[in-house]
Amino acid sequence: MRTLLEGFRTNRAFRLATLCVFVLLAITLAAPWIAPYDPLHAVMTDANSAPGAAHWFGTDKLGRDVLSRVLCGALYSLTSVLALVFVIFVLGTTLGIISGYFGGLVETVIMRVADMMISFPGVILAIAIAGILGGSLLNAMIALTIVTWTKYARLARSLVLQIKEKEFVQAAIVNGGTTSHILWTHILPNILPLLVITAVADIGAMTMELAGLSFLGFGSQPPAPEWGLMLNEGRQQLQTAPWLMFFPGLAIFGTVVLFNVWGDLLRDVLDPRQEP
Amino acid sequence: MNKQQESRKEILRMENICKSYPLYRGGRFLANDHVNVTLHQGETMGIVGESGSGKSTLARILMRICDADSGRILFHGRDLLALRGEELRQVRRSIQMIFQDPAAAFNPKLKIREIICEPLRNFGLLSAENVDAKAREMLRLVDLPEDVADRYPNSLSGGQRQRVGIARAMILQPDIIVCDEATSALDVSVQQTIIQLLKRIQRETGVSYLFICHDLALANMFCDNILIMQKGRIVEDIRDLRHVRTNYGRHLLDSIFSVELGKRKVFDESLFA
Repeated sequence: MRTLLEGFRTNRAFRLATLCVFVLLAITLAAPWIAPYDPLHAVMTDANSAPGAAHWFGTDKLGRDVLSRVLCGALYSLTSVLALVFVIFVLGTTLGIISGYFGGLVETVIMRVADMMISFPGVILAIAIAGILGGSLLNAMIALTIVTWTKYARLARSLVLQIKEKEFVQAAIVNGGTTSHILWTHILPNILPLLVITAVADIGAMTMELAGLSFLGFGSQPPAPEWGLMLNEGRQQLQTAPWLMFFPGLAIFGTVVLFNVWGDLLRDVLDPRQEP
Repeated sequence: MNKQQESRKEILRMENICKSYPLYRGGRFLANDHVNVTLHQGETMGIVGESGSGKSTLARILMRICDADSGRILFHGRDLLALRGEELRQVRRSIQMIFQDPAAAFNPKLKIREIICEPLRNFGLLSAENVDAKAREMLRLVDLPEDVADRYPNSLSGGQRQRVGIARAMILQPDIIVCDEATSALDVSVQQTIIQLLKRIQRETGVSYLFICHDLALANMFCDNILIMQKGRIVEDIRDLRHVRTNYGRHLLDSIFSVELGKRKVFDESLFA
């Protein structure tokens, strides 16, 4: 936290990127109020109208306002992506720390399950799981969680194995620290920066994959204003109404780039390579 | 002096400690081979020997950071090696340790005040609002300025950190402190002040030290009794290193550098002809 504030003061790019992230989140949260039209309200007489004064981003084949749908889609896509990354982060890190610190049978079970997950191509496995569970946003999130937690588990485990051998962890044992105290006070704060950076950098990738699953029909179902789903719906009219794909695509592109840049800058600021 | 030593109460007895590590391609490396150590109250027991002779392994076994293959450690009539869980944690109050590398022995995310008071907090003996006062008291004890309490370990020098390490080891008022090469990472002048501090604390509290060291001159000056270790065995138990009897002891003494020797020690005389 200390280094975060310090970085905010000294690193201008980080300040700018953080500001953009906050603006994006503010727009997302305010979407229901700033959207000019109801994103689900169909006006058949306005169908497929090009971007103009009345509809800045045009309308789709049911006459729904694309700007409103992109805005409300942010609320839909972004909150689900953030929730997804948070769940993966907590689940993977917890399992990784447990297997790294305790070792033995617990470690073997957790890490072999993780190996099993990694031995399949991630997206394919996610498609299979989402396909079995049936298409819905929640099921797509479950599928991605199952596929992605291994990354955090492996990272957390290797970090714990490194830090466990440090003298200050042994000192904590000698000083009579309980296991939970050692994990919370000595292990977690020292491995957290790298994990947080990984999680932030993953927001972009998760946005893509969740939109991808929705695009393929395994995620959100119509008429939800989800970006990936909007891409799919606009696919047939790419030549006659390109704005149907252009604006949701732009929204995904912007979000992914922003979070990737922010993740990179966060890494510069937190600099986890400094020796603990 | 000798008589007084005899009458002192025995507080720790390590019996037949064995520890071996598996070697690459089968076989085992004997780090400790039937080691016996007896420690009395208020005594400073030195353990010397070359690198890999099993000194640190012995300390780690005593601290229960690693497990022995066999043997017993009797402390207040109980076998330390048989203790588990909460029982073991409670015994740690009586045996503390000062670590070799003062740069690695502290959590970089904690302030000195939290580091020093952590042992007391672990045993529920200190409330959060008293941490600052207690930390300052301990810092005075080890001759550090009180405002060090607000700083992080990476802003202190090696000697200052080692004093913090001593304060942390002292705070529980243990019976035994294990110093595993506690002065090896410090330069010579700082070493001396740390030794003086340890000696002063011993006079005030009657604590016993198990002093692991590879500096023979330092060990001889500081310790009441010295064990010489070689290849996991104790080869000699002696009060003053000047009177060593074994070949290995003499070999160790011969390899000490001294300023008085000039350049003759390392280089053959013919090099200067």
